[in-house]
Amino acid sequence: MGPSLLINFGEPFLYLLGLGFGLGQFVGDINGVPYLVFLASGMVAFSATNTASFEALYSVFTRMVPQRTYEAMLATPLTVDDIVAGEMLWCATKSLISGTAILVVAALLGAVSSFSAVLVIPILFLTGLCFSGLALMMTAVSRSYDFFNYYMTLFITPMFLFCGVFYPIETLPDFLEPVARNLPLAHTIELTRPLIAGGTIDNPLLHLLALSLFALVGYYIAVVLIRRRLII
Amino acid sequence: MIEQTQISTPIIQAEKLVKQFGQTEVVSAIDINVSKGQCFGILGPNGAGKTTTIRMMLGQSPISDGQLTIFGLQQPQNAAEIRYRCGVVPQQDNLDPDFTVSENLKIYARYFGMDSTQIERRIEQLLGFVELTDKANTRIDSLSGGMKRRLSIARALINNPELLILDEPTTGLDPQVRHMIWARLRQLKKYGKTILLTTHYLEEAERLCDMLVIMDKGRIIAQGSPKQLILEYVEPHVFEIRAHVKSLSEKIGSLANTSMEIIGDSTYVYTAEQNSVIALLQSEPELEYYHRPGNLEDVFLKLTGRELRD
Repeated sequence: MGPSLLINFGEPFLYLLGLGFGLGQFVGDINGVPYLVFLASGMVAFSATNTASFEALYSVFTRMVPQRTYEAMLATPLTVDDIVAGEMLWCATKSLISGTAILVVAALLGAVSSFSAVLVIPILFLTGLCFSGLALMMTAVSRSYDFFNYYMTLFITPMFLFCGVFYPIETLPDFLEPVARNLPLAHTIELTRPLIAGGTIDNPLLHLLALSLFALVGYYIAVVLIRRRLII
Repeated sequence: MIEQTQISTPIIQAEKLVKQFGQTEVVSAIDINVSKGQCFGILGPNGAGKTTTIRMMLGQSPISDGQLTIFGLQQPQNAAEIRYRCGVVPQQDNLDPDFTVSENLKIYARYFGMDSTQIERRIEQLLGFVELTDKANTRIDSLSGGMKRRLSIARALINNPELLILDEPTTGLDPQVRHMIWARLRQLKKYGKTILLTTHYLEEAERLCDMLVIMDKGRIIAQGSPKQLILEYVEPHVFEIRAHVKSLSEKIGSLANTSMEIIGDSTYVYTAEQNSVIALLQSEPELEYYHRPGNLEDVFLKLTGRELRD
């Protein structure tokens, strides 16, 4: 409980404090939004991302391989489909909790400008489904925990840095912008930022659909891969 | 031996069941028939195909060829329905270390869709049955190996299964726990449960099983009740002599209905002429020997050979 709280809540919280107040002094406003508010609306999204990813990689691997929990579950009427669905719902629940905690802290720091911010909560859940589905595909084929470093360093960290948490995506060079814009975290931030900082969401349906699609594709592929791994 | 006079209801029927991994056949066209209320044993050295056979019965491993019916339901089409009516004690413990003893049972009961009031009563009963009542709120890490096994058995019984499947249930346990588990399994049999167990402890099979098959390299090489197998495959008396004395060996070897085997520093004599052998042995007073009835272990070693398996 302690370590998981630290990484899912503590880390985004420290970024928010350190960069929001420190860097915020120099940056001032971005598109008319105070930097702390801008950053908070990205950090809430990232907290959900990080939480779901860690849970679906490390904790799922622990249950599937060393603890043999899935083997025990597969001796009951449950199927791999049920287990993967259960894991995704749990990951999304954890995302909702950690993202909401950051949201509350941001509100206390005065970094939430609109009551519409409560609508962020279901989006955090959807974000959790999306990232757990993606991470589960990795976990399904992983032989050890080390493998997850690739996923975190080559997928999650670049999204953290390029998908609009710290600065607007438009700032990126032309060749990078369209790539960053289509990554799942960018879709979440397109939704959370206007809801927290005020303003209108462009194409809300598109972003919701994109996140749902990532979640569904992740679910389907994870089920196939985990079935192939366990039902032999 | 109990003669079954009533017409027995089939619980497990495997016909020419095959499992292949790539080119290797790990289960080769085996036939298994288990009737209601039986305790049925699958014996075999490591790698004989016992666990794979069980996995196919539970729908945890696709069947390569043949037919498998459990409770009259076709596997794998009815896998979930079949598992709903089975209890499984796995070879390696897979209790959930994040939960306490009673939480482990509670979560497992939920997987079978049981409701809360039903669950509470069942947990109390089962913890009493495996003598873990005072451990209800203990976490799994602080249980001994024997307690974990007992909890696994309680967990397998949570849904009041018709068929209990145990994969090497007493491997690595001390004699006290083994005897306790045997007593519980006999009790379950009395309640009318059908039991399928794999083991490489021959005394376990001899004590518990009404019927058994011996598997080796994916094939069934013998089947029958423990007594039938002993009668059929080994002589009624075994002498283990801790030496080989050539002159004596020759004399013993010339007796009728007697065979001999030399392993390491010992001579094994299998015979129906125990009096003649005893007379011969007593002519060498300093010879150390051990006389016992033939048992399932002798059958097993005779059929599967003595080379080591791992």
